[in-house]
Amino acid sequence: MLVEVLISFFLVVSGIFGLIGSLGLLKLTDTMQRLHAPTKATTLGVGGVLIASMLFMLLVKDHLSFHELMITLFLFLTAPISTLFIAQTHILMNLKRGDLPDTGREHSWSIYDDPPDQAPVGEENAKG
Amino acid sequence: MLKRIFPHPLLSRSLLLVWLMLVNKVTPGNVLLGGVLGILVPILTSPYWPGRPGLKRPFLTIPYIFIVLWDIVVASIQVARIVLFKPRNQIHSQWIVVPLDLTSPEAITVLAGTITMTPGTVSALLAADGGSLLVHCLHSDDPDDVRDEIKTRYEARLKEIFG
Repeated sequence: MLVEVLISFFLVVSGIFGLIGSLGLLKLTDTMQRLHAPTKATTLGVGGVLIASMLFMLLVKDHLSFHELMITLFLFLTAPISTLFIAQTHILMNLKRGDLPDTGREHSWSIYDDPPDQAPVGEENAKG
Repeated sequence: MLKRIFPHPLLSRSLLLVWLMLVNKVTPGNVLLGGVLGILVPILTSPYWPGRPGLKRPFLTIPYIFIVLWDIVVASIQVARIVLFKPRNQIHSQWIVVPLDLTSPEAITVLAGTITMTPGTVSALLAADGGSLLVHCLHSDDPDDVRDEIKTRYEARLKEIFG
């Protein structure tokens, strides 16, 4: 009984956050603002379903499943990268250099400026 | 010699672990197959990942993961309230420039990923010399506060982990 209540709780929470994520897409107007909605939907929305699934496997089916942890891992690896792609494409296509704040350094942002030699170059640079 | 077989020992170990979790059953055959993958994949991908970064204090990653998970829950609720109850014209989105103290590409990647995964902030661009990060914030009245929180909460901890 208690187990079922707990599992339903996580399912309902994830449903609510998934719904709010989609509502966010509808309500927010700017592309950059809209990017925030899917990151939220994946983290708490999917997270809730995964916790519920793990609890169900562990407490009802009596065996431990690691697949949910793997889904979490792959989501955490892929979501920031796709978000970064969309953000950089949006900045490149729709924004001008003046729309962005200054880096506060000698070099400008990676999509406008070439990286200096022998400098620490992040993964984002290669993609930009 | 050992370095040529295991260009990234940590990656080899993670691949073996991920493989065992994917098949969800520990048998000698699966361990062997995971071991082969753990050796082959790092060798094949090592031209694209020339550095050999080590974690200076690997055990600090565990509290870091829990801090990030907790922040995701708290920030999700905050963002949900903004989406549901704030009128469109009162959402003040802005760009925030975070100057970085981290220098290793791996550490910066983890920081950018953390910023994106915590709701309310999305990392968008890196400066050409890797010295600052452009972050988009969904709603904030005090951008300096958000920047300081990223620096003290995540960057300082990553600095300890990566050394």
